[in-house]
Amino acid sequence: MVTREQEALAAAVAKAERPSWRSIWSALADVPDPEIPVLSVLDLGVVRGAEWDPVEPEVLVVRVTPTYSGCPATEVIIETVRQALADIGVRNARIETMLSPPWSSSWLSAHAQRRLSEYGIAPPGSATIGAPVTIDVRGLAPLRNRSLVPCPRCGSTRTELVAPFGSTACKAQYRCADCLEPFDFFKPI
Amino acid sequence: MDRDPLLFEYLLRLGDSPLILAQRLGEWIGRGPVLEEELGNANVALDLLGQARMWLSYAGEVEARYAPRPRDEDALAFLRDAPQFRNLLLVEQPNGHYGDTLMRQLLFDAWHLLVLQALTHSHDERIAGIAAKSAKEATYHVERSGDWVIRLGDGTDDSHARMQASLDRLWTYTGEMFMGDDVDASMLELGIGIDLAALRAPWRERIAHVLEEATLAAPAEDAFMQGGKGRGGKQGVHTEHLGHLVPEMQFLQRAYPGAQW
Repeated sequence: MVTREQEALAAAVAKAERPSWRSIWSALADVPDPEIPVLSVLDLGVVRGAEWDPVEPEVLVVRVTPTYSGCPATEVIIETVRQALADIGVRNARIETMLSPPWSSSWLSAHAQRRLSEYGIAPPGSATIGAPVTIDVRGLAPLRNRSLVPCPRCGSTRTELVAPFGSTACKAQYRCADCLEPFDFFKPI
Repeated sequence: MDRDPLLFEYLLRLGDSPLILAQRLGEWIGRGPVLEEELGNANVALDLLGQARMWLSYAGEVEARYAPRPRDEDALAFLRDAPQFRNLLLVEQPNGHYGDTLMRQLLFDAWHLLVLQALTHSHDERIAGIAAKSAKEATYHVERSGDWVIRLGDGTDDSHARMQASLDRLWTYTGEMFMGDDVDASMLELGIGIDLAALRAPWRERIAHVLEEATLAAPAEDAFMQGGKGRGGKQGVHTEHLGHLVPEMQFLQRAYPGAQW
């Protein structure tokens, strides 16, 4: 039979063996988004919080929220987070998915927005309302792009929306009328 | 009837329409008219599939409260037969040409966004949470499908004529989107569900706005095919097309039960 003293002792041992918060956050800061590797899961705001389970002291509960409902990166992120925590000695991590509040691109820090821009993706905060350039494809009515997105390469605002969805759900495809380069725009959501 | 079986039924309705539409859009993969649309279609399908998973997971948890053998999201998607699906008739209609697909998408997206926005006020926190997340995505969906209907409607003589024909045919399946039945009434009374009839006016307004820019003529308001209460997709009375879609969607789980990857 396990006495109350033995239980308390086991809990104390489990607590003593926990990695520090500093090492936990630094491990999470090194987990990249699989599709936009210049951003970490912390930059993106996908990891919402972490705490030691009050009942099972050796279990670290990590709460994550998906960017888009069907984003295939979510499962990769969960596995990578688990592995990164295991590498610093968190043997037992429970990853919980939360939906509320829904993920927002406004959670990207100024630092993350700058990193995106340097990577060649126009960040969500860069768009302004203005008269957009329109393109005419074989006599079809132009796409109604509603925002003015500066080109992340040359800074020109003479850019045009090519398609509202890009290589991933979170990005739209644009083209710069000055440097003629195509680029992705991380959509505000 | 107890609350939970009704809630389960309601959640199937919410999840099955995005599930079946995602499957339809998936049929375009590798066959898109241009690369940008290939990507757009696939991304919309992924959003819808993700939303369907959230609804059906919750449905499975609710079923576990009262059923001896509850089903998870996979069992609900892959092991029900066509008459057990609760999706709208509109979303099971074949893809047709690309304009047909986009017209179907517009009619659905405009309705879907209104449903999701209304559900964010649900007293069921889980439903409100899924709806708030999905509504953000649906906002982009309806912009894309609306833009394309305008481009093709207000396009060449040929594209205009084809879009008008798409609209006239698909419109006949939109009636049931605004018809509530006993399940809807129970959920509305509990503060969980929404009043579908109240969505008709804002839906028509949004569609009318797009059709006007697209130079397309709106069909008569009551040009619907559904026979009335209890006779549509959400009651499991489907068009023949669902009977072809479901076996293809479920092939792997039927041929190799329990297969995982």
